[in-house]
Amino acid sequence: MNCRSEVLEVTVEGRQVEEAMLAVLHTVLLHRSTGKFHYKKEGTYSIGTVGTQDVDCDFIDFTYVRVSSDELDRALRKVVGEFKEGLGNSGGDGLGQMSEFYQKKKSRWPFSDECIPWEVWTVKVHVVALATEQERQICREKVGERLCEKVTNVVEVMNRHEYLPKMPTQSEVDNVFDTGLRDVQPYLYKISFQITDALGTSVTTTMRRLIKDTLAL
Amino acid sequence: METDLNSQDRKDLDKFIKFFALKTVQVIVQARLGEKICTRSSSSPTGSDWFNLAIKDIPEVTHEAKKALAGQLPAVGRSMCVEISLKTSEGDSMELEIWCLEMNEKCDKEIKVSYTVYNRLSLLLKSLLAITRVTPAYRLSRKQGHEYVILYRIYFGEVQLNGLGEGFQTVRVGTVGTPVGTITLSCAYRINLAFMSTRQFERTPPIMGIIIDHFVDRPYPSSSPMHPCNYRATGEDPGVAYPSVEDSQEVCTTSFSTSPPSQCVFTVTKAHFQTPTPVVTDTLRVPMAGLAFSHQLSSSRLSYQPAALGVGSADLAYPVVFAAGLNATHPHQLMVPGKEGGVPLAPSQPAHGAQADQERLATYTPSDGAHCAATPSSSEDTETVSNSSEGRASPRDVLETAFVRKVGAFVNKPINQVALTSLDIPFAMFAPKDLELEDTDPMVNPPDSPDPESPLQRSLHSDGSSGGSSGNTHDDFVMIDFKPAFSKDDILPMDLGTFYREFQNPPQLSSLSIDIGAQSMAEDLDSLPEKLAVHEKNVREFDAFVETLQ
Repeated sequence: MNCRSEVLEVTVEGRQVEEAMLAVLHTVLLHRSTGKFHYKKEGTYSIGTVGTQDVDCDFIDFTYVRVSSDELDRALRKVVGEFKEGLGNSGGDGLGQMSEFYQKKKSRWPFSDECIPWEVWTVKVHVVALATEQERQICREKVGERLCEKVTNVVEVMNRHEYLPKMPTQSEVDNVFDTGLRDVQPYLYKISFQITDALGTSVTTTMRRLIKDTLAL
Repeated sequence: METDLNSQDRKDLDKFIKFFALKTVQVIVQARLGEKICTRSSSSPTGSDWFNLAIKDIPEVTHEAKKALAGQLPAVGRSMCVEISLKTSEGDSMELEIWCLEMNEKCDKEIKVSYTVYNRLSLLLKSLLAITRVTPAYRLSRKQGHEYVILYRIYFGEVQLNGLGEGFQTVRVGTVGTPVGTITLSCAYRINLAFMSTRQFERTPPIMGIIIDHFVDRPYPSSSPMHPCNYRATGEDPGVAYPSVEDSQEVCTTSFSTSPPSQCVFTVTKAHFQTPTPVVTDTLRVPMAGLAFSHQLSSSRLSYQPAALGVGSADLAYPVVFAAGLNATHPHQLMVPGKEGGVPLAPSQPAHGAQADQERLATYTPSDGAHCAATPSSSEDTETVSNSSEGRASPRDVLETAFVRKVGAFVNKPINQVALTSLDIPFAMFAPKDLELEDTDPMVNPPDSPDPESPLQRSLHSDGSSGGSSGNTHDDFVMIDFKPAFSKDDILPMDLGTFYREFQNPPQLSSLSIDIGAQSMAEDLDSLPEKLAVHEKNVREFDAFVETLQ
């Protein structure tokens, strides 16, 4: 099974980095989250309800929809905040390899479980510095339009109905879904990012942020 | 082509499609209400949230959708469409989007209805949630209010895209294959938001009237533009009411102000809109579909806050321009000349110019009327020109009110002509306390001005140079006679005002005259070689001149 990969590029001003990343992240996770599974007897299960809410960006003329889950939002904001800090320190562009959806394949002891990604979203962020307020205002609008296009791209990919992991049994659910959140259940994913400086070289090593890792050895 | 679906699967599929259509309408309409939507996640399944998504049901919208469907389901050739349009407070409307739920013949025979189709429909609804926020109409709907409102209309049958103007774009939200066909959800949206409004209003003016209680306290926080305001059109019989007043009141008991079906275009809380019937007719468009389907029309207002309009604005035909292109983020760039509620751009400029003209009129004697008339340039400024001419008609009155005679330094008038009644006189401490001191002080009592009085002065001083302070004691406005410091009145016996008036309109430079300007650039270029040749002959003189400078 090949992992499908999608790449999105955005050019933003420094203070727009977080919102732009969150907009893309949340749009992806909106499509890759379900309600909480409640397994019943005989292998049947019911699914909880996913709520949504609109989020207005402060620095971009854009509104995106996210899953109504504060836990998920906090987790994403934490990662995006670290990404932005890294960008701010390096002063260069950032390559955020994010939302790597994977599923685990159980291995026998002593081997650790294998994480097999099945979908990877990569967002390349180019940061520009603007001098005047007028430029910033234009940037607000332009970035808003670009994000509209990105959301459309995401939706187009999502509706291709390509490979999705099979719905797991109760014993296998943790290999497919992140069951640690209280209100929603996204597919297992991890977010990582890479910062490149102006010269294009990798300044920091890849920093991995595992949202869920049941094998914290 | 249908497969051999068992009855249960067929039943389930029909139910899924029906509720998917209803939820689609809800998502679209709620996304155009003008406010942020927020629903809560629930870990426990409630059993009532279709497609595992918390999408609230606005009863009126559900009612309209069901009426439009009339028991049918989207099928091949029968699409469910939600039309989103914009309507200005002057009654002009424009279609913004058409959302289409269609079915084609491509079947997926092997797909599981109860599981895969259901989950994919859920995914499609999520996509719809995302896409409804990225089309241009979303930004417009978030800013609806006084200038315009967003309307929706649901119809069933053939898709009608004619109202979207040229060059509309489409975005496909997604598709879901089913055993009976492939469901496709797409949106066609307008690109060209320029809107020419040249209609003569045939309705009883004023169209929207004036809000009587514009600043009424709203029952809900003012952050939500959805809340209706009490409205009553002037000149309208208060007794005229729509049959569905009860519906509108019922609507308003919920926090949404969407109007009920076709009878009421605008939803009002208590005092319903007195919009005359022709308005309703205009906004309700019957799709002239060739197929005889039942199209229950409902043109419903999502939110409306009519602005205060000038009565005369209806007679003006001006282009109403929206932010063009996809960047429809500034609906307030809407130019609605004559409106008070709008935020016009260009109309405000000539208005300011006119105001500035009038201010100038108030300051200087407009002896040259052409100066004032030359300023306005746009068509709307015919009014401002007339206003300025009216201002000119009584410039002296204006001037009289503008000037205050004060005692100031270097005043070139005998002190006995100066009114001392004004308390806020500049340099009051230097003002002479008694005449004896003033007489001996040339600074305070300079020689009399020998200049002839200007028309201005004549108009303000009927008693000429005489007239003591007593005559001016009770005057509210006194002429001030400026004598600029160090001005010499022996060479040119005039004051600053006279000087300005005389040299206000210098002759136009010859280089700017029409004759010169009529010469083409080519002629100018042609004459350059000759000029250069002449200059080259005089090179030695130029060099000698330069040397003298060094």
